[in-house]
Amino acid sequence: MYSLRAEPSAEFVPPSSKDFVLPPIFGDNEFTTKPIFLVILSIILVSVFFIASSRKAAIVPSKLQFAGESVYAYVRNDLGKDIIGHDFMRFVPYLFTLFTFILTNNIFGIVPLLQFPTMSRISFAYVLGIITFAVFHYVGIRHHGIFKYVKDILFMPGVPKPVYILLTPIEIATYLIVRPLTLSLRLFANMFAGHLLLLIFILGGEHLLQGSIGLKLVSPFAFSFGIALTFFEFLVQCLQAYIFTLLTALYIAGALADEH
Amino acid sequence: MTGTLNLVGYGLAAIGPGLAVGMIFAAYINGVARQPEARSVLQPIAFLGFAMAEALALFGLVLAFVL
Repeated sequence: MYSLRAEPSAEFVPPSSKDFVLPPIFGDNEFTTKPIFLVILSIILVSVFFIASSRKAAIVPSKLQFAGESVYAYVRNDLGKDIIGHDFMRFVPYLFTLFTFILTNNIFGIVPLLQFPTMSRISFAYVLGIITFAVFHYVGIRHHGIFKYVKDILFMPGVPKPVYILLTPIEIATYLIVRPLTLSLRLFANMFAGHLLLLIFILGGEHLLQGSIGLKLVSPFAFSFGIALTFFEFLVQCLQAYIFTLLTALYIAGALADEH
Repeated sequence: MTGTLNLVGYGLAAIGPGLAVGMIFAAYINGVARQPEARSVLQPIAFLGFAMAEALALFGLVLAFVL
């Protein structure tokens, strides 16, 4: 009679946040970890792809040119023109870089052999959040002048005076802390949780294989669930790249708007 | 079985933002279904509201790990 319980000696160690701290590849230089190489790889991949797709531009586009141009047109029209409005071309290079960079780095999470989303290390997400934070405040200050910009944030026009007691602290927190923090945390948390989820199903399936015959029969279900979740992760990764870029565009549009 | 109660607390705290995000997108879908041409106007508003509601869930996540 086979028992459904695993051997007590082979305890299953659930994946935790320690699995995200990868050792340095060369010696003990902390700057040669896997995420750093993934960032460099993504920069090379994105540049090579878009240079190659736009090098021999023709009126009747080749397949490569079509692929590159549809990504660009998507960012320019749906994220730039529709949201920022007129004068949007200034920000398209930034939005486009952001979108392709985040998308490539996220998709590394499900590419075989790489399989590590760079943004599941929070420092990378923080840097992106800080850049966006600097960009939209700089744009707002340049557009309105520092005095009017700060005044519009502190005292939102068209609001009854007593409401300012509540509204002003909320606005200050929103513009200085909440926006950059949630922007980077959203990206980080989604990548982190997604990678952890895949780890649990794949490692769990592997652990079930080492158990009794009953557990071995269940193990394929864990693996196939892992594969299904990989496709789900692909959806989440594209969505997160989209949301990060969309929110950046929204914040820039808000900083440029005449009435906050 | 070991673990931390923080994560149970986070699960409870995520109910509110979860409901909020659902309601925001329900309203967005309703609006687009009634007036498809309003889609481009409603989309940024819906995503801004979604981002604000989700911010609460993210604060909860951070506190669950930090505390």
